Amino acid sequence: MSSSWLGKILPSVGRSSTKKTEVPEGLWKKCAKCGAFLYRPELEKNQDVCPKCDHHMRINARRRLDLFLDAEGREELAAELEPVDRLKFKDSKRYKDRLASAQKGTGEKDALVAFRGTVQGYPVVAVAFEFEFLGGSMGTIVGEKFVRAANAAIEHSCPLVCFSASGGARMQEALFSLMQMAKTSAVLEKLKENRLPFFSVMTDPVYGGVSASLAMLGDINLAEPNALIGFAGPRVIEQTVRQKLPEGFQRSEFLLEHGALDMIVHRHELRDTLHRLMDKLLPQNAA
Amino acid sequence: MNPNYLDFEQPIAELESKIEELSSMGDSAALNINDEVKQLKDKSLSLTESIFSDLSSWQIAQLARHPKRPYTLDYVARIFTEFDELHGDRTYGDDKAIVGGVARLDGKPVMLIGHQKGRDVKEKVRRNFGMPQPEGYRKAMRLMQMAERFKMPVLTFIDTPGAYPGIEAEERGQSEAIARNLAVMASLRTPIIATVIGEGGSGGALAIGVCDHLQMLQYSTYSVISPEGCASILWKSAEYASDAAEAMGLTARRLHELGLVDQVVPEPLGGGHRDHDAVADSIKAALIENLERLSAKDEETLMTERYQRLMSYGFNG
Repeated sequence: MSSSWLGKILPSVGRSSTKKTEVPEGLWKKCAKCGAFLYRPELEKNQDVCPKCDHHMRINARRRLDLFLDAEGREELAAELEPVDRLKFKDSKRYKDRLASAQKGTGEKDALVAFRGTVQGYPVVAVAFEFEFLGGSMGTIVGEKFVRAANAAIEHSCPLVCFSASGGARMQEALFSLMQMAKTSAVLEKLKENRLPFFSVMTDPVYGGVSASLAMLGDINLAEPNALIGFAGPRVIEQTVRQKLPEGFQRSEFLLEHGALDMIVHRHELRDTLHRLMDKLLPQNAA
Repeated sequence: MNPNYLDFEQPIAELESKIEELSSMGDSAALNINDEVKQLKDKSLSLTESIFSDLSSWQIAQLARHPKRPYTLDYVARIFTEFDELHGDRTYGDDKAIVGGVARLDGKPVMLIGHQKGRDVKEKVRRNFGMPQPEGYRKAMRLMQMAERFKMPVLTFIDTPGAYPGIEAEERGQSEAIARNLAVMASLRTPIIATVIGEGGSGGALAIGVCDHLQMLQYSTYSVISPEGCASILWKSAEYASDAAEAMGLTARRLHELGLVDQVVPEPLGGGHRDHDAVADSIKAALIENLERLSAKDEETLMTERYQRLMSYGFNG
């Protein structure tokens, strides 16, 4: 509600009190889709899916893997890898400083977290992109960690699962980043040679260099409902083609309709669904 | 302003037009015209040398997009014999922004694939400014797999602002088409040489760029995003394109120093657009030499080395 007319009626001392009606930060969260105010503990119990409209909110990498893997028998992979500013890249800020603040903000060293563990007893290697870390962008550490995770899957003869959420390649590592597209795609070919399945789960959003490499190379491509997935961003496309984008453009449902995905899976169903699929594609590993 | 010259080439353009003017006066004019022309030519040469000895990354990015620069088919005509163009992805259509086909290099059969830009307005539109649709990448993939079956090396020519960002491109799976090519090229059992001849624009370039030997023309560029795109995201304005070009280190020389590019192929003074034959000769020599070296390797060695090369990108332990 605009305060312009209200301001004229209310005595000046009363104005500040109107602000107090806002929802206290922390305990409540507003759903970006339906606008409902949600009690945080309830929301978390619901895996950050809006109980009113089923909107799948973004969640961080560590929580993602925590929801996916069994509580017992987890081992983090390649946690020691740290990014290096090879180009001494500087735009309006230094890349070094951007890295430091992303690390502080997320508690992660870079934008990919990798774990070995089990899902309902079935052994698996799982990685997740941290979107809060420079937009989940793929630089050399993301590429290297992905490779190490894939190699761990090969070593232990188990499937690889990737939850992607990324704006694409990391600009501050320039061509080094671009080459990670080739590197991650190449290691997936090794996985294939070893007849181990790769499950690519796309979560909101997946774009650019990540979409155009590892994310689209799943033996089975899955996505959460209503996630934005594409090669080029909607703004770039709109500026290029100079026409309005169709309703639902680049949403999971659009991709399923156009043949890019095998299935759309509700967050609550991911564990069951992936377990079911892994167990059929690679039965000898069943617990 | 002479539209055939870039901003920083205008002083050269002025001299060249003077030379042309004097030369056209011919014998009828004063006796010392030839001397005058020779003097101007010397001046033009030294001016070109001095301008081109210290080009900024942004100036090189402009040269890489020079309207007179040779495109893939210009090289095909000069370097190879018996080129038979092959069309279509067998599924949807034939993308004119990527050309491909079989030809001979020094008598030996090779598979050629390259981005293709257009020279005049009509041709530019027909080639979609060298920005491929998914079917372009799928045509490229079909040809690469055919090359593997018939034991032909694959030679690619990279020159694109990027894969086309359009509605239909997304509908037909632009991401998947690029990703699939990366995977296929990583394990293609035949030698692959990629040559960046102009703009190496991001994933759209890399989609025909996974290789055993990566060479770049002296005034070509290769980057994760265009300088304008990088500037508008990180600097919030495309006007910082020149800073972005510098920061990204997108020139052949810089990328060679960084170990991401194997070889810088020299261009004639003033850039390849001044002498198409000379720059084609330069590429041809590099292709023959590298192909000979790669063809001598047995398949397993070739594959192991390619894989190691891919794994080493940006990370050395």
